[in-house]
Amino acid sequence: MTEQKNKLLIVCSKGTLDMAFPPFMMATTAASMDWEVHLYFTFWGMDIITKNKSLKLSPVGNPSLPMPNILGMLPGMTAMATKMIKGKMKKTNMPTIEELIKMAKDMGVKFHACTPTMQLSGVKKEDLIPEVDDMMGAATFIELSKDATTTIFV
Amino acid sequence: MSENEPSTTLDVRGLFCPIPIVKLTQEIKEHPTGSVIEVLATDPGTLADIPAWAKSSGNEVLDTKKEENVIKFLIKKIK
Repeated sequence: MTEQKNKLLIVCSKGTLDMAFPPFMMATTAASMDWEVHLYFTFWGMDIITKNKSLKLSPVGNPSLPMPNILGMLPGMTAMATKMIKGKMKKTNMPTIEELIKMAKDMGVKFHACTPTMQLSGVKKEDLIPEVDDMMGAATFIELSKDATTTIFV
Repeated sequence: MSENEPSTTLDVRGLFCPIPIVKLTQEIKEHPTGSVIEVLATDPGTLADIPAWAKSSGNEVLDTKKEENVIKFLIKKIK
């Protein structure tokens, strides 16, 4: 009898740069630990797997940034915050999201796109990056989660 | 050569989670069961993460040495 693998499911619902990293860090690590891993991209999380989308860091509603929230609303502030965090990440040898996507894919992590979100935003299959394995709705996801060891919502 | 003499050294100094674990997984795939790999790391997280990885992936941490500027692991490939 083959041993049942541990299974990690992560729902990626956010499309800002800071919210895109944790799912990929957990996914690549779990895959390294011989877990079966599924990433389900929904709502703004779909931006992570949509071609030509450059993820940004929003300074609005983000009290961790070294600037008053009200300034974060000014034009150019999102671009500035994004540039700042990307520079810091590069300095600390952190992989980019693009590198993490490739790494996860190479390790067998499955990428699922949410069909209702695609209808809502008008994103088509050909707009998605080639790493996406398939498209599915909530029923397939629930079925997939039935025997998951861990399910995380980001 | 003693039984637990490493055949390879994986240098992940200066790299942070999740890269040391990912690189270790990629490296260990290239070696036969029973091989011993030395890992050089600087990320303090690896002190907890490498044993956790070994437990889950079914490999063994033979030795952990924390030196001034580097953490050295000896990993044995079990499966």
